Amino acid sequence: MVPTSFYLILSALLFVIGVAGVALRRNVLIIFMSVEMMLNSVNLTFAALANHFMKLDGQVFVLIAMTVAAAEVAVGLAIVMEVIRHRDTTNIDDVNLLKG
Amino acid sequence: MLNYAWLMLVFPALGALVIALFGTRLGHRAISWLAPGMVLLSFGVAVWMFVTMLGLPVEERSHEVVLWSWITTGTFHVDVALLLDQLSITMALVVTGIGFLIHVYSTGYMHDDPRYPRFFTYMNLFILMMLTLVLANNYLLLYVGWEGVGLASYLLIGFWFEKPSAANAGKKAFIVNRIGDFGLVLAIFFIWTSLGTLRFSEVLTAAPARLATTGIATTITMLLLLAATGKSAQLPLFVWLPDAMEGPTPVSALIHAATMVTAGVYMIARSHILFALAPTSAAWVAWIGAITALFAATIALTQTDLKRILAYSTISQLGYMFLAVGVGAYASGIFHLVTHAFFKALLFLAAGSVMHALAGEINIRKMGNLRAKMPVTYWTFLIGAAALAGIPLLSGFFSKDEILWFAWQKSPLLWLVGAVTAACTAVYAFRAVFVPFWGKERDHKLFHHAHESPASMTLPLILLAAGALLAGYLGLPRQSAIEGWLEPVFAAGSGALATATPAVAGGFMRWVLLAVSALIALGGLAVAYWAFVRNTDVPRQVRESLGWAFTLAEKKYFVDDAYNALVGYIWDFGGWLARTIDQRGIDGAVNGVAGITGWAGGQIRRLQTGLLGLYALSILFGAVALVVWFVIK
Repeated sequence: MVPTSFYLILSALLFVIGVAGVALRRNVLIIFMSVEMMLNSVNLTFAALANHFMKLDGQVFVLIAMTVAAAEVAVGLAIVMEVIRHRDTTNIDDVNLLKG
Repeated sequence: MLNYAWLMLVFPALGALVIALFGTRLGHRAISWLAPGMVLLSFGVAVWMFVTMLGLPVEERSHEVVLWSWITTGTFHVDVALLLDQLSITMALVVTGIGFLIHVYSTGYMHDDPRYPRFFTYMNLFILMMLTLVLANNYLLLYVGWEGVGLASYLLIGFWFEKPSAANAGKKAFIVNRIGDFGLVLAIFFIWTSLGTLRFSEVLTAAPARLATTGIATTITMLLLLAATGKSAQLPLFVWLPDAMEGPTPVSALIHAATMVTAGVYMIARSHILFALAPTSAAWVAWIGAITALFAATIALTQTDLKRILAYSTISQLGYMFLAVGVGAYASGIFHLVTHAFFKALLFLAAGSVMHALAGEINIRKMGNLRAKMPVTYWTFLIGAAALAGIPLLSGFFSKDEILWFAWQKSPLLWLVGAVTAACTAVYAFRAVFVPFWGKERDHKLFHHAHESPASMTLPLILLAAGALLAGYLGLPRQSAIEGWLEPVFAAGSGALATATPAVAGGFMRWVLLAVSALIALGGLAVAYWAFVRNTDVPRQVRESLGWAFTLAEKKYFVDDAYNALVGYIWDFGGWLARTIDQRGIDGAVNGVAGITGWAGGQIRRLQTGLLGLYALSILFGAVALVVWFVIK
């Protein structure tokens, strides 16, 4: 039996990697994947704690979050596709029309 | 029978409407019949009313015709109603009779004008409005007519609006008149608040009791006087009338000599009860009239533009009428109004005939010996000038003499001013005869082309000349027909101020003054003959010896320049106000607020870098900060 704290540490690591990916990388797709990683690190926390407290609420939350994430991915990828089609780039620094 | 008086208004209204709507399709011939025809029909109605009135006993001659109720709110009630009495029918006869002759003349004078229909629309409109003015039974309807004739005057002065001078003259007339109209409106307000009625007949009965304390009566009458000085071109508002000569000459004859400018005199005569209650204002009227008469007569002596001489002469003669109504001799004022209408319309139309012959030339120094070419114009002009000068047995003699007689009774000083004016009048009237019509021709080309005018123009001249010769016999000394005719109108109010109406009949003094008047007129004729025919070097010597005094009169005493300067100062002050308060003060505040907002926005927008990573980090740190905050708390 793996202790719950291991899951939480892994989850924290995944989240930090996701944050670092969003903050540091320039490629739209990588940033997108990093966002997904943060989302799933949270899902992992939910599942681990549900197991820890022997309650189903966390599991249900994970299912809902995954459903929403699927929809979000569809929208997000569509936006990415449009950005690539219009500006012929995946570099996020080139997409800065709203700069003040 | 007097109930049909509204027909007088219908005909010119119909004429103006038809010509305005279908004028261009009707063609010259139809308009030449229609426009004067409508005025003639109106004149016919006026004669009919007059004859009917003659057949009635004196106390039934004043008759009101209520056409419809105009305004009714609360206690305020005004009808559109006509007042027919001896005064209004006299005015209506003058307006329509002389108006008709001038319409006939205009068909000849304006024949080649491209805006022929428009001209007659305005002329008929003028007749309509003038009749509204003189036939109204209350001050409000009189005001409608008062403004209406002002509008017609504006339109006709600026009739040749392609000429900037004509357009400006029209505007000047309108704006100067507005100052006077302001006085009339205020006077109407005061009459309403103090008497509760605007009907002349009710004012007549209510005023003596309600306005016994003269304060309010003086206010009302001074405002009425302001209105009259505007419309009748008296000091200090006379400046528009000389410029009004930019309009076509028949307009000068009809509006700016015979009828409209006398509206002020008519209005004062109509308000006689109020002036009787305010002797101070009456004295002001008399003195303004006397001073204007002399003032304008001296200017007329120096002008070289034939129409301007006549214009200043009109101002001067209107001054006589003011003098008359100011000393309480209302009937004499109206009598002079009637005779003046004949001879001044005649003089203007004859001047127009001269202009017509000389291709628009108006400077008398370029004319000369015209009597050889234009006998009818010459003889009629001569009769008009003689009547104006007051040569014995012509119309001007009787009416002017009567005014001087009443002025003498009021104050010999007023008589003296009037007598000096009469001398000036005789000189300038005959100067206007001798210089253009006698002597040698001065401009060969002009003289060569000169010709007598067509019958449509000379016929009215002859008829008006007959009027100028004979109108004086309406008011013979001691047995004045017109005095007797008008007496009931003015007698009604004279009980309030018994001394306001001096005795008509005089003793020995009356005949002395009559003789003095005659001598003055004949003396003026002799001086003019000597200076302008026999010894043509005299005028130049007089000019040089008078020096600055002559220049003063020639430049119209710099009244126009004074007004220009005054208006200029007001204008500059307004500009200064606009610059400092509006541009610096108000605009400064508004622009300052906008500037501060813009500056702040410029500083803050630097945060929006366009770098996604930075945004993400801000969100992260923000979230972390919030978490830390909640945990620590």
